Amino acid sequence: MEKIYLAIPLVCLLTSIIVGLFGKRVGRTGAHTLTILGVLISCLLSIYVYRDVAAGNTFNGSVYQWLQSGGVSFEIGFLIDRLSATMMVIVTFVSLMVHIYTIGYMKDDSGYQRFFSYISLFTFAMLMLVMSNNFLQLFFGWEAVGLVSYLLIGFWYEKDTAVFANMKAFLVNRVGDFGFLLGIAAVLYLFNTLDYATIFAAAPGKIGMQTEVLGFDANWITVICLLLFVGAMGKSAQVPLHVWLPDSMEGPTPISALIHAATMVTAGIFMVARMSPLYELSETALSSIMIIGAITAFFMGLIGIVQNDIKRVVAYSTLSQLGYMTVALGASAYNVAIFHLGTHAFFKALLFLGAGSVIIAMHHEQDMRKMGGLKRYMPITYWTCIIGSLALAGIPPFAGFFSKDAIIEAVKFSTLPGAGIAYLSVLSGVFITAFYSFRLVFLTFHGECRMDAETKSHLHESSRSVTLPLVLLAIPSIFIGMVFAESMIFGDYFSDTISIFDEHNGVSLWESTLQGHSGAFDLVKHAPFTYPFWLALGGIGCAVWFYLISPSIPAAIEARFKWLHTILINKYGIDTFYQTVFAGGSRALGQFFWKVGDVSIIDGFFVNGTARAIGLFSNFSRGIQSGFVYHYAFAMIVGLLALMTWYLWL
Amino acid sequence: MTFVDENLLSILIWLPVLCGILVLATGDDQNASMAKKIGLGSSVVVFLLSIPLYTGFDVTTAEMQFVEQASWVERYNIEYFLGVDGISMPLILLTTFLTIIVMLGALSSVKVRVAQYVAAFLIMEGLMVGVFSALDSILFYLFWEAMLIPMYLIIGIWGGPNRVYASIKFFLYTLLGSLLMLVAFLYLYNVSGESFRITDFHDVPLDITAQTLIFIAFFTAFAVKIPMFPVHTWLPDAHVEAPTGGSVILAAIMLKMGGYGFLRFSLPVTPDASSDLAGVMIVLSLIAVVYIAFVALVQQDMKKLVAYSSISHMGFVTLGIFLFTSKGLEGSMVQMISHGFISGAMFLCIGVLYDRLHSRDISTYGGVVKVMPKFGAFVVLFAMANAGLPGTSGFVGEFLVIVAAFEISGVYAVIAALTLILGAAYTLWMVKRVVFGVITNKDVLQLEDLNRSEFAMLGILAFAVLLFGCWPDPLLEVMHTSVENLVQLATLSKI
Repeated sequence: MEKIYLAIPLVCLLTSIIVGLFGKRVGRTGAHTLTILGVLISCLLSIYVYRDVAAGNTFNGSVYQWLQSGGVSFEIGFLIDRLSATMMVIVTFVSLMVHIYTIGYMKDDSGYQRFFSYISLFTFAMLMLVMSNNFLQLFFGWEAVGLVSYLLIGFWYEKDTAVFANMKAFLVNRVGDFGFLLGIAAVLYLFNTLDYATIFAAAPGKIGMQTEVLGFDANWITVICLLLFVGAMGKSAQVPLHVWLPDSMEGPTPISALIHAATMVTAGIFMVARMSPLYELSETALSSIMIIGAITAFFMGLIGIVQNDIKRVVAYSTLSQLGYMTVALGASAYNVAIFHLGTHAFFKALLFLGAGSVIIAMHHEQDMRKMGGLKRYMPITYWTCIIGSLALAGIPPFAGFFSKDAIIEAVKFSTLPGAGIAYLSVLSGVFITAFYSFRLVFLTFHGECRMDAETKSHLHESSRSVTLPLVLLAIPSIFIGMVFAESMIFGDYFSDTISIFDEHNGVSLWESTLQGHSGAFDLVKHAPFTYPFWLALGGIGCAVWFYLISPSIPAAIEARFKWLHTILINKYGIDTFYQTVFAGGSRALGQFFWKVGDVSIIDGFFVNGTARAIGLFSNFSRGIQSGFVYHYAFAMIVGLLALMTWYLWL
Repeated sequence: MTFVDENLLSILIWLPVLCGILVLATGDDQNASMAKKIGLGSSVVVFLLSIPLYTGFDVTTAEMQFVEQASWVERYNIEYFLGVDGISMPLILLTTFLTIIVMLGALSSVKVRVAQYVAAFLIMEGLMVGVFSALDSILFYLFWEAMLIPMYLIIGIWGGPNRVYASIKFFLYTLLGSLLMLVAFLYLYNVSGESFRITDFHDVPLDITAQTLIFIAFFTAFAVKIPMFPVHTWLPDAHVEAPTGGSVILAAIMLKMGGYGFLRFSLPVTPDASSDLAGVMIVLSLIAVVYIAFVALVQQDMKKLVAYSSISHMGFVTLGIFLFTSKGLEGSMVQMISHGFISGAMFLCIGVLYDRLHSRDISTYGGVVKVMPKFGAFVVLFAMANAGLPGTSGFVGEFLVIVAAFEISGVYAVIAALTLILGAAYTLWMVKRVVFGVITNKDVLQLEDLNRSEFAMLGILAFAVLLFGCWPDPLLEVMHTSVENLVQLATLSKI
């Protein structure tokens, strides 16, 4: 079995290397055949492992020793349990879909082989991340997915915006990693190991350990949890480290689906869920997480409403949904967060790929104001997008309904400080989500065609390799929620991989109000008696009214609330602020250190100054040794006089 | 083979020197290709000969191995005394390994006075191995100073337009430092019962005043060499003017002698002074990490940028050393080795561009990957390694030093960890402006991708960077015992 675990990531690495190094020799067909075969094998093996784990066979063991220093062994190893097996299936399945989709999407691109090599490398890195049994390998995967994300955002390296976006993404993520690495250092300091199982076992014993941060007393576990969460904020794009994700849309659409929606950005969510035994020990950390998630969920959703670029709408929607997952983590509903992660992976990948299908049809035009009426030309794309949007809006019985509803209920029953605000935020978020999702659908697929005649004459449904993944993703977007709702939310799906203290367990309180009616069907039946259901319908209704019935309204509202629109279009000014203060400030500081510190003070004054001083002194002493006797005699007399004066008068 | 086995270190020192002299005999540039071939061939032979140092190394002892001892100047007990432990052995392998790379680089980039160029590097290789293996302090001092001469010539002859200022600055700076070191040796000779053996220096008891003075003397020598803030300004100038090979050796090996000096002399000879002054050393190291990173950010000259980046990375070496823990020490050792690969590769990459367009200005380039895809891939890899990405060797040392610093003080770790952001910022910003983007300079369109020897040298380095990033254990394995021993020496009071 260990060989199978090892094979799952390595097969992707292998195909990535072959295609990456010998791209010319394997050719285009060779490139996609090889990588798809690799991911397919990895996906099938993951499913096999998933079933094996479901049968109770978990694994926790080391593969090799990375290094050993100061008595601590740092290892590469796997932890295969319900949580990692679930993630493995999600990652490899979405990756497989994206691989197939890429054949159609990138068919005219000169970097075809390179692209396949990257996405296979990504799959490898992501698998290493989720399969890890220790912090070190987690960090390896964490950074490796960041690297591939960097490479793929800048895939079209001749586009200035793309190479700016990829650097921005990497650097903002590095800010998160800064916290994450310190968190790992703190874990190592406190536990003297990086192995999950050992740490989780020892954590309750460290609960009373105090330290001092900037003069304040702080609990070690809280410090660790918050530092690690800083990493999650970077990777999972939580406010204020969210700025990179919308810009990452500069990359080709398949990777927006795979990396920036379904898998990589959820690494932070996964990490916190994995660390649940630690986070449960710190209510301060949980509260902070919930509040940050709530801010992200609400404010990023609002920006989604005013975006006109089809991909950016989906991107802001991703930010907002990541906020939902984070809120769930803060409410100790780790299982629900992972459930939403799973459903979201399918429907959001679907929406991105759908958007990509539209973008191909529009010849890489992404502005929704120039679309419209595509329903007739692209029926498969249209219907799958409808399914994705219904799932995203949380309409029962689509997948998103179950997971999102569970988050909202979990927050409602949470007793941690900040839960009230978080509840309001996620509740109002439902309306916003439904509104912008259907705004996208109506602007793109309904109404009159607003594109130029040339584009219009070429409109047609995308090729099979594009539509097949859409259909294959639409199926889980409908059914996955129903299938897993009961066991993932209330049941024993995650067995002991996730730990929740009774006093934090909002989901169990919710369950008790359901009085035993907690099956998927019961939840759907109960939906019309809850706020989210009506809010979602309201959102869709508003979208219908604004964009189908009387399309003049949005412009009127925009004119009436100009200030609000300006704030939203400028993304609350956060990007500009960072650009001026951090990027500009660093450059100014660098110039100052260089010009003043190095050039003027150290080199100018000390180094060359010493040389000049020696020069001046030698000039002076050369002048003294003139060789004329009367000079020497004069100096002698003056000296004598001075000495005599000193002796006689002083 | 017994002769080779018994005199391995001597062979590694004198064989390259002899080969260098032989190359000089090939004469002027008519025989340039022969000089290059002899140079490459002998560097490969020397590297192969140095491999038994690793394979035959006994990891269970901290004693010196491969020892050769002979009386030299009997009147003053000066000995020809060589040997290696887990601290010096990896550095010797790094030296012999990188000399091959430099010779590969010379194949396509050196056009004038080829024989002399090749000879200078071969002779320097021998002298550098001498520095790392000398166990008699006078012998050490001789190698240490002699090594300056070929480097002075390399910068002064094959250097850029401002080479005279740079080479004199380099020479005076480092000479001044090492003279004080010689004074310290003479003092130690007197108090240790007239012995110049470094191992004897380790055992000699010293009061705190003597230790402090000796520490300062050593500090001037090693801090200039490594270099530490604020005595670092010679390095950017030297790098900018040095030819590519000179920069590679300078960054990859000569800087490491400063670190090696701290490990071999400062810590074990003056343990009490070292721990008293550790605070100062750590602060200087952290300044190097942060301040220099900001300076690197605004450089317009690629070589200057990488030179500043080297200083910033060396800050990790000195930080790790003065934590006095095995994680910290091993972290700095790994950082030294890894920086050898990465900085060497970065300078070679810049050299590749310089050979083609004769400019080191970032603004000359842009969009290079379009015409040089292989080269672009290498640059991105090495840039990531420079930014300390896990999976590359650049991560290992930084990681160990940061976790070791955290054990001493969270503040140290926080400041040191800023390199994650700053290192990525200056490296990737350069990559963005040089490698990516639209081609604006017409000359860039004419660039040719890597030729075979360039591909080979970068490929070998890439392999090393990835190997030690994914599996650093073999490298650390040989250090453990020596480092444990050093920790003991450094924490044992001598007063």
